[in-house]
Amino acid sequence: MDHPEPKVAETELPEPTAQQQPREAAVFERPGAEVFKTKNVSIYYGSFRAVTDVSLDIYEHEITAFIGPSGCGKTTVLRTLNRMNDLVTGARVEGDVEYRGASLYAKGVSPIAVRRRIGMVFQKPNPFPKSIYDNVAYGPRVNGEHKKSRLDEIVERSLRHAVLWDEVKDRLHKSGLGLSGGQAQRLCIARTLAVEPDVVLMDEPCSALDPIATGRIENLLREIKSRYTIVIVTHNMQQATRVSDRTAFYSVLRDDKNDTRTGVLVEYGPTRQIFEDPRDSRTQAYVTGRMG
Amino acid sequence: MSTVTQAGPAVPAGSAEALSERRPLGDRGFQVLALAAGLLVLVILVLIAISTTQQATSWFTTEGFKGIFSTNWNPAANKFGAMTFVYGTAITAVIAIVLAVPVSLAIALLLTEVVPRRRARPIVYVVDLLAVVPSVVWGLWGILVFAPWVQHIYASIGSALGGVPVLGALFGPPTSGASFFTAGLILAFMITPIVTSLSREVIATVPAIDREGAYALGATRWEMIRGVVWPHSHGGIVGAVLLGLGRAMGETIAAALVIGSSPVITSHLFAPGYNMPAVIANQFGESSGVFRSALMGLGVMLFAFTIIVNVFSRAVVARSARRMRGA
Ligand SMILES: Nc1ncnc2c1ncn2[C@@H]1O[C@H](COP(=O)(O)OP(=O)(O)OP(=O)(O)O)[C@@H](O)[C@H]1O
Ligand SMILES: [Mg+2]
Repeated sequence: MDHPEPKVAETELPEPTAQQQPREAAVFERPGAEVFKTKNVSIYYGSFRAVTDVSLDIYEHEITAFIGPSGCGKTTVLRTLNRMNDLVTGARVEGDVEYRGASLYAKGVSPIAVRRRIGMVFQKPNPFPKSIYDNVAYGPRVNGEHKKSRLDEIVERSLRHAVLWDEVKDRLHKSGLGLSGGQAQRLCIARTLAVEPDVVLMDEPCSALDPIATGRIENLLREIKSRYTIVIVTHNMQQATRVSDRTAFYSVLRDDKNDTRTGVLVEYGPTRQIFEDPRDSRTQAYVTGRMG
Repeated sequence: MSTVTQAGPAVPAGSAEALSERRPLGDRGFQVLALAAGLLVLVILVLIAISTTQQATSWFTTEGFKGIFSTNWNPAANKFGAMTFVYGTAITAVIAIVLAVPVSLAIALLLTEVVPRRRARPIVYVVDLLAVVPSVVWGLWGILVFAPWVQHIYASIGSALGGVPVLGALFGPPTSGASFFTAGLILAFMITPIVTSLSREVIATVPAIDREGAYALGATRWEMIRGVVWPHSHGGIVGAVLLGLGRAMGETIAAALVIGSSPVITSHLFAPGYNMPAVIANQFGESSGVFRSALMGLGVMLFAFTIIVNVFSRAVVARSARRMRGA
């Protein structure tokens, strides 16, 4: 069964399937529709420009990886894709961020509607202090689903998708805080999938996990990508090569005269090309491990 | 000058002893001091309990359990029933809590969740300032300014609701400026700062990442508060409320001034009443013998109530802390 449309009442955003963008030719191998198009995006925290001039397109049903040294603005860019940075006082976006053809930062777009469509998994697993069941049911309830039988169904399906069901099916009503780090992260993924988002943004989702749990989550990503569009920030280059279709490499531009550091998008392309045949010497240095 | 050689470790680095704990003297001294201070507080508390209980024995031996449960308080006739005042204490404390808790929680949520931190600071400052107003000033303001002003309001509410069932029993006449309700209201003013600031502290400990987790699912601010802030902090908030309740039960001078000093049990909240701390404060000076012993007995009971409330609040906080750890 395919992906029912998210129930969002107050949105001005187009439905995910409503609009197929013309396909980009040449450089990319088999791109689907663009889900995001950003043009000359700069992001500020107060007067500090954290990221400048990011232009990239993110495609439907692909996994896009953001890599780059610490502080280059991967998290910052990710958080502008679902207006999470609205919650940071002083954060500001310049330039165009388009989501399925509509401007994400246009007047009248509700960040709440945006986030119902574009979910996020965080670096540190952050289950709510509620039962496992209530963690997963939180999103659907917020979206207005209160029927017990429907919720049961959603909880089971989401936990199965997140490959957690077998481990927790006997303790659904125990606290989500009692899970191991890897289980907790999969619970957070299940919680995100439960609202049936169009896009899942993940900020280093495996950085707190051991290799086995990491492997599980990578398998899970490959499994769910036919239904979602995924953007993942990672410091683990093997992970980027293992799971992603496309990779964006960011770096820090230093201006010693004014003593500023600004994140820039250095290179963006199919993951194989970025790792095997980078066009930019900085990308080359980074992916071969010659630069932090 | 080459004293460096003497400064080597007394124990060979490879031996097991090198790892054994050798706490510096200052550390141990501090521990002893802290323990002594804690014990001293406990001893003083026990001594107070023992001596007041002793003072109360002659009341207890003359009246027995009947004294506690009797509602007849008539010093002239040597009748010292405590129940009227227990009732008054309960009523005023409940009014105070019912009025103070929603306001305190609303302020605390406003300050942590809505108002930007920079602008919250002056509001925090003003609310905390309420806490430094001395009890007697609250009482004097209550009886000289507030009670005369509010008595007309009570009177019109009373005549409007007098005939209505239930509401009439609560708010109908007789009405008076100095009353259960005024006492409860003044107590509410007095406990609002502490309940607010404790709740604010509890709410501020909710991790930012949990809030973001809810927002990332498309929660509105209110849904985030209900789904994340509340389960995180309700234990601490209940603790804060119970602490406020303890204060409201024991608060003396303000209540003594505004409660109306009428030893009756009535459902009429706008009628003058009496409570335990107020009767102790008002009648202690003129008392002697069994009368004084009975007042001491009221003090012991009040002491016991506040201890019970405190222990209970601690248990609630501890239980919710355990739940938060995922047990
Ligand atoms: N809330 C904030 N307020 C002010 N500055 C911030 C904030 N968040 C990030 N920054 C700054 O923006 C820049 C980019 O940070 P960001 O967290 O996006 O980097 P990152 O690439 O995700 O790094 P990492 O790999 O360490 O997670 C950094 O210089 C950082 O100090
Ligand atoms: Mg980051």
